[in-house]
Amino acid sequence: MTTRVGVVVFPGSNCEHDVVEAVDAVGGSGELLWHKDKSLGGVDAVVLPGGFAHGDYLRTGAMARFSPIMDAVTQFAQDGGPVVGICNGFQILTEAQLLPGALYKNQGLKFLCQPSVLRVESTDSVLTRRLNVGDELNVPINHFEGNYVCSEEVLAVLRENDSIVFTYQDNPNGATADIAGIRNENGNVVGLMPHPERAAHPLLGSTDGALMLKGLIGID
Amino acid sequence: MVDVGDGIAAAIRIESHNHPSAIEPYQGAATGVGGILRDIFTMGARPIAVMDSLRFGLPSDPRSRWIAEGVVSGISGYGNAVGVPTVGGETVFDETYTGNPLVNVLCLGLMPADRLVLGRASGEGNLAVLLGASTGRDGIGGVSVLASASFGDEEKEAEKRPSVQVGDPFEEKRLIEACLALLDAGLVVGIQDLGGAGLTCATSETASRGGVGMDVDVAAVPRREPGMEPFEVLTSESQERMLAIVSPDGLDDVLAICDRWDVQASVVGRVTEGGLLRVRDGMDGQVLGELPAASLHEDAPSYDRPRRPPEQWEAAKADSADSLSPPADVGADLLDLLSNPSWVYRQYDHMLFCNTVVGPGGDATVLRLKHPATGADTGRALALTTDGNNRWCAVDPRAGTALTVAESVLNLACVGARPLALVNCLNFGNPEHPEVMWQFSEAVDGMAEACDAFGIPVVGGNVSLYNESNGHNIDPTPVIGLLGVIDSLTRIPPGLAWRDGDRVIVLGEASAGLSGSLWAAATAGHKRGQLPALDYEQHRRVAGLVAGLVADDRLSAVHDVSSGGLGVALAEMAAVSGVGFRGARIHGHAELFSEAPSRVVAAVNPELLPEVEAAAAANGVAVARIGLAAGDRLAVKGLLDLGLAAIADRWGSPMPELTSG
Repeated sequence: MTTRVGVVVFPGSNCEHDVVEAVDAVGGSGELLWHKDKSLGGVDAVVLPGGFAHGDYLRTGAMARFSPIMDAVTQFAQDGGPVVGICNGFQILTEAQLLPGALYKNQGLKFLCQPSVLRVESTDSVLTRRLNVGDELNVPINHFEGNYVCSEEVLAVLRENDSIVFTYQDNPNGATADIAGIRNENGNVVGLMPHPERAAHPLLGSTDGALMLKGLIGID
Repeated sequence: MVDVGDGIAAAIRIESHNHPSAIEPYQGAATGVGGILRDIFTMGARPIAVMDSLRFGLPSDPRSRWIAEGVVSGISGYGNAVGVPTVGGETVFDETYTGNPLVNVLCLGLMPADRLVLGRASGEGNLAVLLGASTGRDGIGGVSVLASASFGDEEKEAEKRPSVQVGDPFEEKRLIEACLALLDAGLVVGIQDLGGAGLTCATSETASRGGVGMDVDVAAVPRREPGMEPFEVLTSESQERMLAIVSPDGLDDVLAICDRWDVQASVVGRVTEGGLLRVRDGMDGQVLGELPAASLHEDAPSYDRPRRPPEQWEAAKADSADSLSPPADVGADLLDLLSNPSWVYRQYDHMLFCNTVVGPGGDATVLRLKHPATGADTGRALALTTDGNNRWCAVDPRAGTALTVAESVLNLACVGARPLALVNCLNFGNPEHPEVMWQFSEAVDGMAEACDAFGIPVVGGNVSLYNESNGHNIDPTPVIGLLGVIDSLTRIPPGLAWRDGDRVIVLGEASAGLSGSLWAAATAGHKRGQLPALDYEQHRRVAGLVAGLVADDRLSAVHDVSSGGLGVALAEMAAVSGVGFRGARIHGHAELFSEAPSRVVAAVNPELLPEVEAAAAANGVAVARIGLAAGDRLAVKGLLDLGLAAIADRWGSPMPELTSG
C-alpha cells in the first residue's frame, strides 16, 4: 500500500508543494493538510514543511505550535507515528516541545541558502533507517534561524540516546556540536534544518534527499 | 504574457525601485519585490522566480555600503518570507551610482494559458472588493514625491523617508494564495494591484479599461488609524492590497476564500454605467469628488523633450582607451577586476519550488518548466538573464544598448537556450537635460535595432528617470531581462567549471578594442572612445553554435566574454573549478581585457575537440585554441602568471572593500 504523507500547510509555509512532489517521486503519496483542521485524515506520516509559518512573527514556530492541527500532530507523534519537521518545521517541533532545544539566528546573522554536506550519525530514525552511520549526503540549507542550541544536560542526553541524526561537515551556522538534525527518543520524530526535498531530482544536482524520504515512506 | 508551450503562459515584468531604495534601502528594496509580485499575480500567474539587477556606488563610500547591504537584506527579508525564489540577477559597483542606486526587480510567473484575467471592471452593479492590508498614512505621495525628483540634500532625503512604504511579506504571501484561489474558482471579473497613487489609480484604471464608471465609498476602506482624510485614503500607497471586481452573486464565496487565508476583504465600490469615477462618503452618501475615470488613465500628457548629443561628443569618440598606458602588472589589474557576488545570492532562497537547475552565479538561470496547474514536468526549461552595462552605454548609448541585448542572447546560449521575449528597465538621469533625453532616445533606438536583428519581441518595460544626485546624472543604464527556452533539458548545463586536462578555446573573432571596458573604467576612469563593432549575423551564428554544442553535451564548461574580457572569464572559470590554466596566443593586455562581443570561452574534452572545431567551421565561427585547463596557476605566456591561491583569495573574500574596511 502506498504510504500517505500529510504535509501541513500553515499560512506562510512555502515548501509544501516541493515536499509533496518529492514524496510522490519516491513512491509515496503526498497530500496537503490545513493548519486549521483538527484531524490528520488518517495519513501514515506527517511532514511540517519549510517556510515562514505565520510570518515567523514573534519567534519562528512560536505561533504555529498553537495552530489547531498541532494537537493532532502531537497525539500522532506520541502514538509513535512518523513526524518530520524540515527547517521551519524543525523550529515548530522544538516550540511544540516534541523535540528539545531551539534554533537561534545563524552565527553570521545572515540568511544562508547554499549546499551543505551532512554526515549520518544515527540510523535509528524514520529518515535514516535505510542509511549507514558515516554516510555523507549533499542536501542544501536555506535558513536564517538554523543555529541549534540546547543545554549541556540536553546535549548529553542526545548523545547518550544516539539522538543526533545528522551533523554538518562544515558547520555553516554555529550550531551546537555541528547538529543539523535530531530525533526524539523513539526515533519517530525527526527535525532537521536541511531540505531533503531540494535534493531529490538529478537535475537539482543531488538525489541524497530522496534517500531520506524513501526511509520515511518505508521503501527499501 | 508569453506562450511558452504545453498550455503554459509566462508573465514577465521588470520594474525599478531606485528612489525609495536610495532613501530607505531595506524597505525600498523589499517593497520593490512586493510590487512586482503583485503585477504578476494580478494577471492570474503564480510568481515562480525573481531576479534583481542591483547597482551601487563604490563600496569604499560608507553610504553606498549602507545602501548595498540594506537593499540585499530587504530583498532577502521580503523575498524569502513571501515564498518566491530569487534565482539570479546582477550586482555592479560603479561611482556613477553614488547616492543614486539602481534596484531593478524582475518577476516571472506561470499560469495555464487559458486563464488570462485583465485589470478591467465591467458589468454595472458588480462590486469592487479591496483585499489585503488596511490603509494607512504610509506612502502618501510616494510616486510623486520620490519618483520624479532628484537627490542631493541629505536632510531633504530624511524628510522623504515617510513617503517610503513599509512591506509585510506575510500579508503578501496570504494575498497571493487568496487571489490565486479566487482566480482558480472563476470568481473574479477583473483584478488589479494597488501601486502608485493607491486606490485612485486602481479604481480609475479598472473603470477606464472597462469603459465604465465606479462609485467608491471611502468610508468602507479599512484604515490603520483614525482621522484620515478622504484624499489620504485614496492616495495612500500602503502595501499588500488588491482590488478585485466581482459579481454580487459571487461575493459570499469570495469572502469565504479570503477568510480561509485570513485576508481582509471589504466592498468599497460598485461599477456604474457612464465613465465617471465618483468618490462618496458611504456607498450612497455625499459625493466628495467626481471626474471622468479616463482622465486619470489614458488622457495623461505626452512629452517630446528637446534632445541633443553632449557638446564633447565628437572629441569623446576620438579619445580611445587603446591609448591608455598599459598596465605595469597585468596580473594585479586582473585581480582588481574580479568580484564575486555570492555574498549577495547566498542570502536569497534561490532553490524554492525545486526548479532551479542553474542558479545565480552562472551566465543565465535555468528553471525546470512544470505545468502550473498539474505540476507535470514538461521536460523543457526556461532560461533567464538580466544584463546591463553602464560603461558601454556611457560611451555610446545606442551601440551600448545593442551590445547589452547581444550579451543577453549569448548568456542564454551558454545554457543552451534560445531567446523568447525581452523586457527592459530603462534607468536614466534627468530628462529635462537635453543630453539625457538624447541618451534615452539613442538607447531605445539601439534596443529596437538589436531586437529587430535578433527577432526578439519586447513584451514589456519600465522607465526610471530623474536618477540624478547632487547634479550628477547616472550613466545611461538600460537593463535587459531576457527569457529563453530550452527545448529538452536532460542534464545540467556545463556551467563555468572546467576539468583538469580540458582544452580551452575561444569561439568567435579575436578583438582588442578597449573602449568601454571594465579595465579602462576601473584603472583609469575612462568611459570614452568607440565601442567594438557588433555584427548581428556573426553574433547569431556564435549563439546558435554555442546553444547547439551545449544541447549536445559537447562542452565541459562555457562562459561568455563580457565585463572584464577574456581575462576575467578565464579567472572566474579557474576560481570556480579550482583548476588553473596554461595558455598562449593572447597578445597583450588589450586582447585580455577587451569586451568585444560575440565570443565565448569553452573548455572541451580533448577527444571531442575535432568535432567541436568542425561544428564551428560548419557554422562559420572562428576557433582559437588558447590553452589547457591544468595546474594551480593562471598563466598566459609572456603576459600573466598568477597563483590560483591569489585568485581564490580575492574570489573567496567577497567584497574585499566591505570586509576589510
